[in-house]
Amino acid sequence: MTVGTTAVAPAAPAPSEHPPPRRQRGRSTRSRYPLWFLLPGGGLLVLLFVVPTATSFYFSLTRWTLFDSTFIGLENYATFFQDPQLFGSFVHTLVYAVITSVGKVLSGLALAILLNGRIIARGYLRAVVFFPVLVSAVGIGITFKVLFDPFDGLINRVLGIVGIDGPGWLTNPDLALTSVAMVDIWKGVGVSTLIFMAGLVAIPRDYYESAHIDGATDWQRFRFITLPLVGPATMTVVILNVISGLRSFELIWTMTGGGPGFTSDVLASVIYKKYQAGLYGLSTAGNVVMFVVVAAITIPLYRWFRRREVAQ
Amino acid sequence: MRSHSHIVRGLVALAVSTIVFLVPFAFIVLTASKTSADASRFEFSWPGDFVLLQNIAEVFKVRDFVIVRAFINSTTLTVSSVAVMVVLAAMMGYVVQRRTGLFTSAARMLVLAALIVPSAVVPTIWVLQALGLYKQMLGMILIEVTGGLPFCVLLCSAFVATIPRELDEAAALDGAGPLRVFFRVILPLLKPVVVTMVVVQSVAVFNDFTGPLYFLPGEENATVQATLFNFQSQTLSQWNLLFADILLITVPPLVLYLFFNRQIVEGMVNGAVKG
Amino acid sequence: MKSSNAPRRLVALIGSMVVVLCSAACSVGSLGTGEQADGDTTITYLVFNEPSTVKAANALIAAFEKDNPAIKVKLDTMPTGSDGDNVVKTRLSTGEMSDVFSYNSGSLLQAIRPDEYLVSLSDQSWVKDLDKSYLPAVSTAKGLYGAPTGGTTPGGVVYNKAVYAKLGLKIPKTWDQFRANNLLIKKSGIATPVEQTFGDAWTAQLVILADFANIAAVAPQWAADYTANKAHNVDQPALGSWQHLRQLHDDGLLNKDFASATYDKGVEALATGKAANYPMLAGVIDAVRQNHPQYLKDIGMFAMPTATGTDSHLTLFLPSGYYIPKTSTGAKLDAAKKLVAFTQTAKGCELLIQSGSYGPFVNRLCQVPADAPAAIKELQTYVAAGNTGPALESVSPIKGPDLPQLAVEVGSGIRTADSGAKLYDQNVLQQAQQLGLPGW
Repeated sequence: MTVGTTAVAPAAPAPSEHPPPRRQRGRSTRSRYPLWFLLPGGGLLVLLFVVPTATSFYFSLTRWTLFDSTFIGLENYATFFQDPQLFGSFVHTLVYAVITSVGKVLSGLALAILLNGRIIARGYLRAVVFFPVLVSAVGIGITFKVLFDPFDGLINRVLGIVGIDGPGWLTNPDLALTSVAMVDIWKGVGVSTLIFMAGLVAIPRDYYESAHIDGATDWQRFRFITLPLVGPATMTVVILNVISGLRSFELIWTMTGGGPGFTSDVLASVIYKKYQAGLYGLSTAGNVVMFVVVAAITIPLYRWFRRREVAQ
Repeated sequence: MRSHSHIVRGLVALAVSTIVFLVPFAFIVLTASKTSADASRFEFSWPGDFVLLQNIAEVFKVRDFVIVRAFINSTTLTVSSVAVMVVLAAMMGYVVQRRTGLFTSAARMLVLAALIVPSAVVPTIWVLQALGLYKQMLGMILIEVTGGLPFCVLLCSAFVATIPRELDEAAALDGAGPLRVFFRVILPLLKPVVVTMVVVQSVAVFNDFTGPLYFLPGEENATVQATLFNFQSQTLSQWNLLFADILLITVPPLVLYLFFNRQIVEGMVNGAVKG
Repeated sequence: MKSSNAPRRLVALIGSMVVVLCSAACSVGSLGTGEQADGDTTITYLVFNEPSTVKAANALIAAFEKDNPAIKVKLDTMPTGSDGDNVVKTRLSTGEMSDVFSYNSGSLLQAIRPDEYLVSLSDQSWVKDLDKSYLPAVSTAKGLYGAPTGGTTPGGVVYNKAVYAKLGLKIPKTWDQFRANNLLIKKSGIATPVEQTFGDAWTAQLVILADFANIAAVAPQWAADYTANKAHNVDQPALGSWQHLRQLHDDGLLNKDFASATYDKGVEALATGKAANYPMLAGVIDAVRQNHPQYLKDIGMFAMPTATGTDSHLTLFLPSGYYIPKTSTGAKLDAAKKLVAFTQTAKGCELLIQSGSYGPFVNRLCQVPADAPAAIKELQTYVAAGNTGPALESVSPIKGPDLPQLAVEVGSGIRTADSGAKLYDQNVLQQAQQLGLPGW
């Protein structure tokens, strides 16, 4: 996330060819950007997202078996907040989200720059970086469980050759969450890279060429052209990764099941367990809580990015 | 001098990426090539008997070639929903970025909320039933479109910001209507983003498991992710076949990605935005 | 003019995609559930998509269709575990259930409201063939709703006979005997006394779950009291199971990779004699047959040793049931009933055994086959002596979602038995409240 902040530093020279957008009010703007463009997509969202979600929010106030429901007011919320694992899972969620989003944003940008530049075997490298995105979570989970095995896993065997006694990556309570987060970065960095690549492509070549003529160093070109102009991509990558970091549990579920003990349980996996156990009202209440938490973190971040964008 | 450092950097990248990204892949291939007993040992080792082809044949044969049907279904679902999703999202993203006002702010918040809140299964089924679309491919397509829309709108609106307003203004002065401006001017300029959305969302839809599980039940509607469950059970799994299946269903998206990757490169050569 | 070509190509691409969309939507829509030829009835049959289950279901369908040429059965599958559980509940509550489906028996059945959503099968002729112990598992006060889908699954301790023979050990009946055996094995150094595989957290529960028949043998009322919030895990006799789990760790009896080992590793360690005992389900026997057939003769099984009596009792996980939803009517209902009845005939049992099910069974027409692995036959002594009992999940509806993780913590020495049992009691509370049980 910290990258995001520097990425859109206002110090950047605005592309001088583009005069500031004229805010044309009135008929012409309205007809040029007609509101009905929002209709098909917005209609679907209302029908298949707003209606079901609002309905389910009501059910968070009930004891719900799917077959029938009894209104119980805020009791589900009270129960949810009393869960002994709640505080721990909340902390794990934040840790996990910070590690994965910082990791994906940093390595995504680095890889995108590397893969967009002139480099040998570029096609191969691009394929290889994106490959983990394609593999289903089940396969990834099992694969890394094997590689992380504390005794005959490949990682610790290699460390053993160098004389290091490798830890129990997934079985050490202090390490399990971080290990899964690393795999999450590995699996997801391809998407961030792709978005950053699209962002880099949108930067006109001329800027680099004139910078080159002016004798700018690699770092200067990165700092004053790439970083500010890749802003839209940065915003998307940061927002997406923060949300998915706060919400995701699939990989955690397949690799540690929240364990050992509860040391890698996150908010989403706690809620999922309630759902699995048939506690539908309670898990819906949990989802509402999670929505509030994620929104409280994401919406200010989004607003901040948009203000930056407008300021530029 | 320059080219020298390029080669060194390239070689380092090559070595690191091969280790980081291909070692796990090698494990998948090796396990897919083992016998059932061999695979259940979960070792990073060369298979005692190399039976990859037999395993793949086995995966195809299971349940009367259900995997072929699954491929057809998943492809239909993926192509249709991604096509619709991308167009609708680009339209939304365009207007949301260009216009200010109550409706666009509301749309922006709606998109963000949809990105955050997980879908509510049973109420969604009620809506589908009311529309007569439950258990229908069309209903599933609409679900996937709705699911991918927030991501795509966010991406599009961010990138529309990089397209100078003068372009649409100039086109409008030439007498082009909003649809024409959008499809002829804006969408082509969004090509790198469109490619990105197509790739990311194709993978997401193709790999979606829970959606079809709840909204498109029925054997004739099996999707590729569902076939993975043919080899798993709590106490007796056929890991070799599972990994052969994983390998099989990873190939089509990989090909798709390689194809579209060229599009990005092409877009780069053309220099997408030249004002 | 590059720029004029690009948009046209893009529009063409989108256009062709829309065509694909339309043709897909139209053609798939007409596939539907299909019209039938005159006189034929087609029913759907929903089972778990485990390889062995599907194979057995296909064999069953083939045999059934041969006997009933006017009925066509379409197989439908769902994933195992909680995903499948949610699929069943979702489809039942939205009125979209298959004509015949399998689902948990026992108290979990109550969660799908049999009286409101299922067709009563009390009047079916096969009911008289069922074992009395199974009837409550598929019934409510108003009627019987299900037929057993297969044999019971025993849970206990799977052991390596070669290791036992080498050290001259006897099969333990009490926990003290088991402990003495294990300490001997440890001293001999020839094998790991007890294999644990917390890499698959669910396996950690077996020391607790498979002990239940022992508890029920000395405290027959315990399950009812537990359901009524009068008996708890923090008190004896239930606490004993948690203490055993912790003691296995504290005595240093476990394999060194217990925290990361997976189920399949556990099976291998046991089969090859690297480990002497593995607290597990009888499914291990089938796994050994698939992956290590040469060692099948070395595998034996006994009931979880008891701390509450002198004779151990074998815990049986009862088979799931076949059920018919009320949405099946008319000719489909008749056909569905025929299919369920077919599974309960001698022929149905034969198919079951061919598909690798060994029992013990709960239908008297079905007997453990003569060629069953030795480990299965060994368990028959418990059946013959009447020393068996259903698992807790068959007699009480409350099972908390956190049990696997708590069991891992206690079994790894991270948490004390008392603390684990106490947290589990709290965890169970949510479920009891959800079910609206009296006394919570």
